Amino acid sequence: MLLEIDNITLLYGRIQALHGISLQVDEGEIVALIGANGAGKSTTMRAVSGLRPIASGQIRFAGQDITNMRADLRVIRGISQAPEGRGIFPGMTVQENLDMGAYTRRDRAGIQADLKRVFELFPRLSERRKQAGGTLSGGEQQMLAVGRALMSRPKLMLLDEPSMGLAPMLIQQIFSIITEINQQGTTILLVEQNAQQALSRAHRAYVLETGRIVKSGTGEELLRDSSVKDAYLGVA
Amino acid sequence: MNFSGLIHDFGPLTVTGLAQGAIYALFALGYTLVYGVLRLINFAHSEVFIMGTFACLITWGFFGLDQNSAQPSVGGAIGYLLLGLAVAAVVSGLTALLVELVAYRPLRRRNAPPLAFLITAIGASTVISETIGVLTHHNPRGVPPMISTKPVVHFGNTDITGLQILMVVLALALMVLLEWFVGRTRLGRGIRAVAQSPDGAALMGVNKNRVISLVFLLGGLMAGVAAVMYVLKIGDTRYDQGFTLGIQAFTAAVLGGIGNLRGALVGGFLLGLVGNYGSGLFGTAWHDAVGFVILVVILMFRPTGLLGEALGKARA
Ligand SMILES: Nc1ncnc2c1ncn2[C@@H]1O[C@H](COP(=O)(O)OP(=O)(O)OP(=O)(O)O)[C@@H](O)[C@H]1O
Ligand SMILES: [Mg+2]
Repeated sequence: MLLEIDNITLLYGRIQALHGISLQVDEGEIVALIGANGAGKSTTMRAVSGLRPIASGQIRFAGQDITNMRADLRVIRGISQAPEGRGIFPGMTVQENLDMGAYTRRDRAGIQADLKRVFELFPRLSERRKQAGGTLSGGEQQMLAVGRALMSRPKLMLLDEPSMGLAPMLIQQIFSIITEINQQGTTILLVEQNAQQALSRAHRAYVLETGRIVKSGTGEELLRDSSVKDAYLGVA
Repeated sequence: MNFSGLIHDFGPLTVTGLAQGAIYALFALGYTLVYGVLRLINFAHSEVFIMGTFACLITWGFFGLDQNSAQPSVGGAIGYLLLGLAVAAVVSGLTALLVELVAYRPLRRRNAPPLAFLITAIGASTVISETIGVLTHHNPRGVPPMISTKPVVHFGNTDITGLQILMVVLALALMVLLEWFVGRTRLGRGIRAVAQSPDGAALMGVNKNRVISLVFLLGGLMAGVAAVMYVLKIGDTRYDQGFTLGIQAFTAAVLGGIGNLRGALVGGFLLGLVGNYGSGLFGTAWHDAVGFVILVVILMFRPTGLLGEALGKARA
């Protein structure tokens, strides 16, 4: 197991957002996390990346307990997150944003190679290298967030709604790119509103409801599941 | 109003204004750096500065130099100056770092509200200032003669001293160096990342606390250099001299656009000049008041200061 989340709870002040979540991500997988607004998907991501401390439970990464590890050190271990709302650096150029993605790395040649790869995946970013991140369109910022998360050459990538705000054409494209990234060897934990796409791309998936996991299975199983269909796939 | 006086003294007022502005500018950088990254006004920065003035004078005191000493040789003066600058910068830098570690970091760890930071800032300022007061018996300490006050450049009624040239050149040079550091180096990029999105920076592997320490340290180093300029220009220091000057430097930072490095420089020089022209026009008693009137007028037209905010540009 690359990532093991064991019965974690998380509090925002007095509000409990996660009520004992357990899930696993195996090396090489795409695992999707779906659920309604406010179910706790982003919160789970924040717990894994270390942006928010958990109240109880345990998180292990590559066999090591990272429950109390600082977020920046988890990046060095190989966890990288493209956060919800993109979180790019508005005052930095596209190039500088991507350089920030490689902040923890020293291998110049490797960084150059990964930069080239990101520009191949997202040619649009290459055209806009010198443009300030804050002046990119929403879709371009989304690409930048995914590209930047790739620049740390992560073992595990946390993608929080990468298709949010994208035109239908681009949604197809971003999911193809996610599959491609995965096939090139990166494990992915994917949060999505677009359950249809997410489930058809993912090896396995979990359904989250008000801070609890209520269902899990392979992508195909959940696509066929009638309660999932009713709640998340917009099929009457 | 004394227009003819202002016109007659325009040259000298400009020169002394720029020299004063150099102090404001370097002093203001500390406020601007910390604010840019933490949205915090570090009121203890004026004491960081005062620590620098004493560190420099005490260092010179080790060599038996005080206000009654004879002027050292040129070579000696350069040596003492460099040593004084280095010690003042280090002491101010470490003081700033200590303030961050003792007064602010514990509050951040507990997610304290902004008002709590304001109170500890004032508290830290008071404690340092009073401690220096007790240790120095509330006495002023004079500066030994270092740089000849004979003008080196002279035209019309305008004299420019070596010290004045040194101050302006040093402020500009440090500014360029700092801009390069923040704009072009990896650590500098880390500073901007934390300023623009603290969580985003953590997700890139930036150690936020280390960046914050660095920012306090940099601001302190600059204040230390400003402190040496100040004692050489004014002739002495005292435990309570930081307060008014701190307000002026903070004003300069806001004037130029707090959070903006170049803004600190522009604001510093502008405040130095405007204060001087104001004194020329209305009398020296109005020196500080004129600065604030100008600040208010400028903020009415440009609420974020002359150059706006840059470090944390469009922070999410
Ligand atoms: N900073 C916060 N402070 C207080 N409560 C929060 C905070 N962030 C999230 N919450 C609450 O925690 C719960 C889970 O939020 P979370 O953002 O994880 O939902 P989500 O599943 O990602 O939803 P969405 O699909 O809308 O992004 C929500 O009820 C939300 O209101
Ligand atoms: Mg969310």
